[in-house]
Amino acid sequence: MQALYAQLLVGLINGSFYALLSLGLAVIFGMLNIINFAHGALYMMGAFCAYFLLNLVGLNYWWALLIAPILVGIFGMILERTMLQWLTGLDHLYGLLLTFGIALIVQGVFQNYFGSSGLPYAIPDQLKGGINLGFMFLPIYRAWVVIFSLVICVATWFLIEKTRLGAYLRAATENPTLVRAFGVNVPRMITLTYGLGVGLAALAGVLSAPINQVRPLMGADLIIVVFAVVVIGGMGSIMGSIITGFALGVIEGLTKYFYPEASNTVVFVLMVLVLLVKPTGLTGRAA
Amino acid sequence: MKTKSIASFLLGTALAVTTAGVAFAQDKTVKIGALSDQSGLYADLGGPGSTVAAQMAVEDSGLAAKGWKIDIISGDHQNKPDIGTAIARQWFDVDKVDIIVDVPNSGVALAVNNVVKEKNGVYINSGAATSDLTNAQCSPNTVHWTYDTYMLAHTTGQALVKAGGDTWFFLTADYAFGAALERDTTAVITANGGKVVGGVKHPLNTPDFSSFLLQAQASKAKIIGLANAGGDTTNSIKQAAEFGIVKGGQKLAALLLFLTDVKAIGLETAQGLNFTETFYWDMNDQTRAFSKKFSEKMKNGAMPTMVQAGVYAGVRHYLKTLDALGGNPHDGVKVVEKMKSLPTEDELFGKGEIQPNGRTIHNAYLFEVKKPSESKGPWDFYKLVGTVPGDQAFTPLSESKCALLKK
Repeated sequence: MQALYAQLLVGLINGSFYALLSLGLAVIFGMLNIINFAHGALYMMGAFCAYFLLNLVGLNYWWALLIAPILVGIFGMILERTMLQWLTGLDHLYGLLLTFGIALIVQGVFQNYFGSSGLPYAIPDQLKGGINLGFMFLPIYRAWVVIFSLVICVATWFLIEKTRLGAYLRAATENPTLVRAFGVNVPRMITLTYGLGVGLAALAGVLSAPINQVRPLMGADLIIVVFAVVVIGGMGSIMGSIITGFALGVIEGLTKYFYPEASNTVVFVLMVLVLLVKPTGLTGRAA
Repeated sequence: MKTKSIASFLLGTALAVTTAGVAFAQDKTVKIGALSDQSGLYADLGGPGSTVAAQMAVEDSGLAAKGWKIDIISGDHQNKPDIGTAIARQWFDVDKVDIIVDVPNSGVALAVNNVVKEKNGVYINSGAATSDLTNAQCSPNTVHWTYDTYMLAHTTGQALVKAGGDTWFFLTADYAFGAALERDTTAVITANGGKVVGGVKHPLNTPDFSSFLLQAQASKAKIIGLANAGGDTTNSIKQAAEFGIVKGGQKLAALLLFLTDVKAIGLETAQGLNFTETFYWDMNDQTRAFSKKFSEKMKNGAMPTMVQAGVYAGVRHYLKTLDALGGNPHDGVKVVEKMKSLPTEDELFGKGEIQPNGRTIHNAYLFEVKKPSESKGPWDFYKLVGTVPGDQAFTPLSESKCALLKK
């Protein structure tokens, strides 16, 4: 029984990464109608950004948490301005192919220069060590990851669902022409939204840098699972993707305990089941 | 590089066509295929570096000056046996490749082993670990150069059991390699009076090991045996440190650890780990000279791993054999037989031999990862702890189930 508590907690930790990443995807899909396959590569760039900030500029983890999302977010906005914006109104497939291509290029460039096994990034001194919970030894850094991502997820949800700015955003997705008539600069808002989604990916990248290796393919390995999370949660539903992210982390954690061999397929099995029963995803509305 | 090798291949074919009628035995064209994981979790320990090593072996062989025409092509098996065998078949049937080298990932390596035998090519495996390549599944076309699971079990594994680590829990990569390494290590543990109390089979390329590590922690085993490799091992070690496993009194056994893994983990976390390799760049003047040259050819300036060194040494020995034969007979069995009859000797692995089952015998070295304060350079990682002579490190012929031995 004790072991089970530990596995649940570990699942929650992995779930926070799924939640943060699928949140960014949901924001981008919900507002821009783009299936952002470059998300994994941008997550990876966030982690590399943290590595460079530490080793080239001397700025520590806490600065990276702030600066990396901004830098990668700016990179994302440049992508949106120069490429993605031309795809507005076209079939989803074009956006998917374009972002997939961008991901391959970015990963290829990083792999060329840094190889595949990755670079070490130490846990910040303030978060080293762990607490003995009785049923398990909980590393402080992991606890921090869960709490911090929960805060970010809720804040993002609040921003989009409960503020005036969010209302503009949702309105602009619904009817861009009308919102423009009210004097809102819709294209700029879309660019900023993409920047926000990308920033969330980079933030997740910084969070994961001390746990995983800073590797060119760290995003590629994760992004497929995260897409499954978004599909299960319902494309474009913000709360849906947050809850599904955490829930699937827990389910995956339990699988690792009961039947480890299936731990990297269980998410996809669930995805198939959900698609069969409710094709719009658990919280999605019919189109 | 690809277009260049195609062009030179065409040229080679043209030459072969024009000279075909002259003298068959004097055919001095060779085509080498370096098959590896070029982009995944094993790419740094083999991958593009193995192709570089093969090229260096061709340059250093001096055969070009004797009128030989040697080409190298490379392929990415993506850690998938079906892709690996498809490339191997295409190389033999269409590209007329004579020899396939490297092939990390035991699953792919065993599949390619069958293709090479069927096509009567030459197979010098350096990257794969499974001892089956020279045991139950041995082939007259195969030489297994650098290391294998039997050697890892009988060096690192044995040393740990003898030092008191008598209860083990395995984290095993769920494919041919992990199974072979767990099997060979378990044999050593039980033979020395130890016990395996549990284990987890994890999927290849797992980013998060925390669930598995918690199970290992709960098992109370003295030793947590990592029967995995590359990115899986680095993640296991890093996350074990995070969960306070080593501080809690359990010891990690990195049964297979490569130079690039230590680089990736960082000395802070990796210090004190004991493991076995058959090559390290900083052994003597010759290995240092080779490694410096190698590192200059690598984009990220990496030093060679033992797998890449094995590719170099294997190709050198192959070319030496062809030179002794006076031409390329394009007959795998014949070439490998000759390779076995010649003693091996090169700058990287020293003197050795290839046994009748295809196993190359050379020294194995027990290393310990240095403390950050002891390291004097970006690749200064290992302290030599002990040397195991080749005949004690690898499977004795009396224990080998290889069918080639029952003549």
